[in-house]
Amino acid sequence: MLGKLGWNAIPFDQPIPLVSSAVVGIVLLGVLVWVWAKGYVPYLWSEWITSVDHKRIGVMYCVLAMVMLLRGFIDAMMMRTQQAMAFHSPGYLPPEHYNQIFSAHGTIMIFFVGMPFVVGLMNFVVPLQLGVRDVAFPTLNSVSFWLTASGALLVNISLVVGEFARTGWLAYPPLSELRYSPGVGVDYYLWALQIAGAGTLMGGINLATTILKMRAPGMSYLRMPVFCWTALASNLLIIAAFPVLTATFAMLLLDRYFGFHFFTNEAGGNAMMFVNLIWVWGHPEVYILILPAFGTFSEVVSTFSSKPLFGYRSMVIATMAICILSFMVWLHHFFTMGAGADVNAIFGIVSMIIAVPTGVKIFNWLFTMYGGRVRFHTPLLWALGFMVTFAVGGMTGVLLAVPPADFLLHNSLFLVAHFHNVIIGGVLFGAFAGYNYWFPKAFGFMLDERLGKVAFWCWFVGFYMAFVPLYAVGLLGMTRRMQHYDVAAWHPWLLVALGGALLILCGIGCQIAQLVVSIRTRERRRDLTGDPWDGRSLEWATPSPPPSFNFPVLPDVEGEEAYWGVKQRALDAQRLAEEPEYHAIEMPRNSPTGVVTAFFATVTGFSLIWHIWWLVALGLLGAFATFVVFAWRDEEEYEVPVEEVARVDRARRRARVEAMPDWRRPA
Amino acid sequence: MSASTSASAAPSARAAWDDPNRVGHHGHGHGGEATGHGQGGPASKRIITGYGFWIYLLSDIVMFSAFFAAYAVLADATAGGPGARDLFSLTNVAVETGCLLASSFACGMASIAASVRSQLWTQILLLVTGLLGFAFLVLEAREFAQLVVEGAGPTRSAFLTAFFSLVGLHGLHVSAGLLWLGTMMAQIWAKGFRPNMMRRLLCFTLFWHALDIIWVALFTIVYLMGAG
Amino acid sequence: MASDPETPGENLDLAPGDERIGGSGVARGVRGYVIGLVLAAGLTAASFYLAGSRLVWGPGIPVALIVLAIAQMGVHLVFFLHLSTGPDSTNNVLALAFGVLIVALVFVGSVWIMAHLNANMTMTQVMRMQR
Repeated sequence: MLGKLGWNAIPFDQPIPLVSSAVVGIVLLGVLVWVWAKGYVPYLWSEWITSVDHKRIGVMYCVLAMVMLLRGFIDAMMMRTQQAMAFHSPGYLPPEHYNQIFSAHGTIMIFFVGMPFVVGLMNFVVPLQLGVRDVAFPTLNSVSFWLTASGALLVNISLVVGEFARTGWLAYPPLSELRYSPGVGVDYYLWALQIAGAGTLMGGINLATTILKMRAPGMSYLRMPVFCWTALASNLLIIAAFPVLTATFAMLLLDRYFGFHFFTNEAGGNAMMFVNLIWVWGHPEVYILILPAFGTFSEVVSTFSSKPLFGYRSMVIATMAICILSFMVWLHHFFTMGAGADVNAIFGIVSMIIAVPTGVKIFNWLFTMYGGRVRFHTPLLWALGFMVTFAVGGMTGVLLAVPPADFLLHNSLFLVAHFHNVIIGGVLFGAFAGYNYWFPKAFGFMLDERLGKVAFWCWFVGFYMAFVPLYAVGLLGMTRRMQHYDVAAWHPWLLVALGGALLILCGIGCQIAQLVVSIRTRERRRDLTGDPWDGRSLEWATPSPPPSFNFPVLPDVEGEEAYWGVKQRALDAQRLAEEPEYHAIEMPRNSPTGVVTAFFATVTGFSLIWHIWWLVALGLLGAFATFVVFAWRDEEEYEVPVEEVARVDRARRRARVEAMPDWRRPA
Repeated sequence: MSASTSASAAPSARAAWDDPNRVGHHGHGHGGEATGHGQGGPASKRIITGYGFWIYLLSDIVMFSAFFAAYAVLADATAGGPGARDLFSLTNVAVETGCLLASSFACGMASIAASVRSQLWTQILLLVTGLLGFAFLVLEAREFAQLVVEGAGPTRSAFLTAFFSLVGLHGLHVSAGLLWLGTMMAQIWAKGFRPNMMRRLLCFTLFWHALDIIWVALFTIVYLMGAG
Repeated sequence: MASDPETPGENLDLAPGDERIGGSGVARGVRGYVIGLVLAAGLTAASFYLAGSRLVWGPGIPVALIVLAIAQMGVHLVFFLHLSTGPDSTNNVLALAFGVLIVALVFVGSVWIMAHLNANMTMTQVMRMQR
C-alpha cells in the first residue's frame, strides 16, 4: 500500500538527523503558525505564492537560496569539525552518515544555493534592464521557481524520512546503481534533481527568449547592459546543458527502476559513459553559475567607479567566447579516467584557452576603476574581494588543466580548494554583491552598510583561512571525502580550516544581523528616488520597489547606458522631460498553476522514491489536470487602469524633482 | 521614465555620456522596425511564443543527442546476445516512417486549414494527424512486445537497453504529442480560433515536424545502419 | 503556417514555422507541403533501398545514409517548417545552428572520448592496474 515506506524510514536510531529534523520541524511549524495567526496568509498567497511577477519570483528564488545556504553551510561545518577531530580517531560522524553529508552539501550548494541565487538575480534584473514589463512567459516562470523549490523540499525531506545518497554530489555508477546503493538515497537525489532541472530548463528558455525577443524600443544588442549579455550566455548554456543532465539521470533511473544496463558492470554497461555525459552537463553548469556573477560585477564596478564600463565590445565578445568554449572542456574533470594523452592534451589546452576571456574581463574591470571616482560601498568590496580570490582560483584551475599535474592532484583536497575558491570567490561573492546592490530596488530601503562591510571581511578572511590550508594538505597528499586519517602532517592544517569555517559563520551571522537591523530601521533608510547608487542602467529609472508593470511607458533607448544619458539631460536642464501620455496597461494574471504543479511534482517524486505506484499515477494525473485547467482559462490578463499608472508615475516624478536641486552622487 | 522628447537631437550634438562607446544611433543597418534587432521594441506574442517553443525543441534535440551518443557507444555491447542485424525488420520500420511522414503532411494541411479558420477541415486533418501517429505507436509497440517475447528485452544487454531507451524516448514524445493533440482539438472545438489557440497550434506543428526530423536520424542510425 | 498580418512593423521577423503568404494563399501553401512530402518520401525510399543494396561500395553506405538523412531533415526544415535564409528567419536559423553545434559536440565528443576510453581501459588492463 505504501511501497517501501514504513516507520523504519525515520532515523530513530541516529541522534543527529533526528534532533536536527525535530528542530527544523519545530521552527518551521512555529513560522507557519505565526504567519497564519497574524493573518498574512491571504497576502502571501495572492502577492507572492501565486505571483507571476518576475520581481517577486526573483526575490523568492534568492530567499530559497539563502535558506538553503544555511543548510549547506551546516553540512560544511559538520564536515570541517569531523575532519579536525578525526586524526587517529573515528570522529563523531559514522562513515555512512558522513558520506551522506558531503553528498548533500555538494548537491544543495550547487543546485539549491548557486542556481537559485543566480537565476533569482537574473529574473529580477533582466526585464528591468531591458526596459520591458516582464519575462516572455510569466506563468512558466512561476512554475520554474516552484519546481526548484519542490526539488529542495525533497532533498530536505530525505533528512527525516529515509536517507540521502552516499555517492558524492554526482552519484557515479556503479556505486549509484541499485546493487551497491539499494536504499532510497540515490532515488531522492535523482528525482529531486530531475524535478528541479526541469524547472531550470524552463527558466532558461524563458529568459533567453526574453533577452532575444523582448527589449525596449531602440535597445539593439549592442546597447544591452553587460549583465543582460552574461544572462543571455548563461541561459543559452542552460538550454544546451540541462537536457544532457536530464538524459543522464534518466538513464540511471532506468537502470535502477527497470534493470536496464546503461552503466551496470554486467551485460555490457559502461560506467565511464556516465562520467562522460554528466560532465558534458557539469562543466557548462559552472559557467552557468559564474557568468551572471561576472555580469553583476560589471554593473557594480561601473556604477561605483562612476564611469562607463571599459571595453564594452570586448566584454561581449569575451562573454560569448566563454559561452562557446565552456562546451569544449568537459573532459578535464576526468583526465585520470584513461582516455589517453592525445584526448587529454586537447581538452587540457582548451581548458587553458578559456582562461583568456576571463582575463580580458578582469582587465576591463580594473581599467574601469582606473581614473574613476571610486566609492567603496559594500557591493564594490565584494567585487574587489572577488577579483583577488577568483584570480587565485582561476590560476589553480589552469594548473589543474595540465594533465600530468592533474594525475597527482585529481580528487585531492587541492581540487576541493580550487573549486571552492572559484565558486565561493566567484559565484557566492557575486551573489552577495548583487544582493547588496539590488536590495534597495527590490524592497525600497537600504541595507546597513557597516554590518555589510563587517560581513564581507569575515567572509573574505574566513574563506582564505578555511581553504588555503586545503591547498596545502592536498599537495601533501590528502584525498577528498575522508572520514578519518592518520597522517600527522595534515592535522594542523585542518584545524586552521575549521577556524576559517567559524569565521565564515560569523560572516553569515553578520549578514543575518544586517538584514534584521535594516528591516527594523527601514523607515530612516528609505530609497525615495529609486536611484540610491547613481546608477547607469534602466532599472534605476523606476521607483523602489517598482510597480508591477515596471515602466508606465516603455523607454526609448538611444545609446548605451540607457538611463545615464536621460538622467544627465534632466540634471543639466534641472527639470525632467515632459510627462508622457499614460495608457492602461495589460498585465498577466496571477496563477496558482506554479505552486499546484510543484505540489503534484513533489507527490509524484516522493511516491516514485518509495515505490508507491498508485500515488505516482495520481500525482501525474494531477499535474496533467493542472496543465489542462491552466490551458482552458479564458482570462489571462487584467488591466491596470490609467489612473493607477498615472498616480504611480507622478509620485515617482515628484520624488525625483524634489531630489534634483541637491542631487549629489551618494558619498 | 519619460518618453524621449529629445530624439530630435542630432547624433553629432549628443553628449559623450549619451553614447560613451560610440555605438551610434542606427544599430546595424536594418530599418527602424526590426523587432529581432531591438529597434522595434518587444516582438509580438506569436513570435515570442513560437521562438520560445523553438528553443525548447532545440533543448529537446540535445537531450536526444545524449541518448544517441549512448546508443553509439553501446551499439556493440550485446553481451553475447542478439544484435541489430538479428532483430530489426526494415519493412516494419518503413511502414512506421511512412505513417509519420504522412502524419507530418496532414499536420501541415491542418495548419493551413486553421489559417483560413475552417473548423471542419482543421478537426478532420488534425484527426488524421493523430490517427497516423497512433498507427505509428501501435506498430512500434508491437515491435517492442515481439522483441521482449523473443528474449531481447531492454534488460538483456546494454545494446538493447540503449535501443529501447532511444526509440522509446521518441515514442514517449509521440504519445505526449497525441495527448496534447487531443486536448487541443477539444479546445479549438470549444473556443474557436482565438489568437492563443493559433499560437498553440503553431507550437504543436513545430513539435510534430521536429519529431519527424528526429525519426529520420533515428531510423537512419539505428535501423538502417544497424541492420543494413 | 501562414502568418497573421495583425501587427504592422513585423516586416523583418517571423515566428519559426510561420511563412509569409498571408491568408489567401491556400493553394501556394498546400503546394509547398506537397513538394516537401514528395521529396521526403523519395529520399526516404532511397535510404531504405540503399541500405540493403550493393549500389554503393560497402564502407561508403553509412556516409551515403547520413547524407540522405541530412537531406531529408533539410526538406522538413524548408518545406514543413518554412525555415529560409531570408532576414525574417535569421534568428530562427541562428538558434538552430546553435542547437546543431551543441548536438555535434555532445555526440561526436562523447563517441570520440568513449572510443578512447574503451580502447585504453579494457577489463584486462583494469585488472592489471588493480594488482
